[in-house]
Amino acid sequence: MISVQEQDFDLGAEYSLLRESAGDAGAITIFTGLVREIYDQSQTDDSKVNFLYLEHYPGMTEKSLQSIVDQANTKWSLLATRLVHRVGHLSPRDQIVFVGTASAHRQDAFDAAQFIMDYLKNKAPFWKKQGANESAVWIESRDSDEAALLKWD
Amino acid sequence: MLNIHYFASIREALNKQEEHLELPETVSSVGDLIDYLITATPEAASIFNSDRSILIAVNQIVASRANILQPDDEVAFFPPMTGG
Repeated sequence: MISVQEQDFDLGAEYSLLRESAGDAGAITIFTGLVREIYDQSQTDDSKVNFLYLEHYPGMTEKSLQSIVDQANTKWSLLATRLVHRVGHLSPRDQIVFVGTASAHRQDAFDAAQFIMDYLKNKAPFWKKQGANESAVWIESRDSDEAALLKWD
Repeated sequence: MLNIHYFASIREALNKQEEHLELPETVSSVGDLIDYLITATPEAASIFNSDRSILIAVNQIVASRANILQPDDEVAFFPPMTGG
């Protein structure tokens, strides 16, 4: 199941939901992405992030995330998946993204969770704007994120 | 009508989120549409002629300049994605 939402998510509730829908799973991997206070690109001037704004393309976002989960399901034997991505205004230390995967054996759940994260950073229409001090800038995509996709070819 | 969407830094640079357009006679592909937009406004010209990376979606699927357009397509222009 996929959710794109402004509100925060409850890790315990998400885990329980995943576990209930996972049947006879032997492994569950959960990943949480958080807003950092110090972002690499702004470390030269020592400024701290005071807000993050996440824009997205309603409709295409959900389709893109579903397509990524579908791809994960063809590559690994998954019993359940759960994906939550927040949009709108966020603050440092806030939760941004939740990925949960369940499988009979741990390797499928580990690999699928990492695959989903690697793909959604580059292939789902989200854009981050970061505020530090008095200015706000759109975060540029990183070559390292693009390179992370190559290992799944 | 074509429904054109702009997102993130592209939206801000154009000061425009969305626009509707009858498919011009000279436009058959996304590349033609970009050429049309460049001649239509100086703001679009400065963005599409710059070396910034602009991605394209047609009907919410990632596309290229070669994609052929239908009169009621939804076209979107945006920078590389930075989710997660």
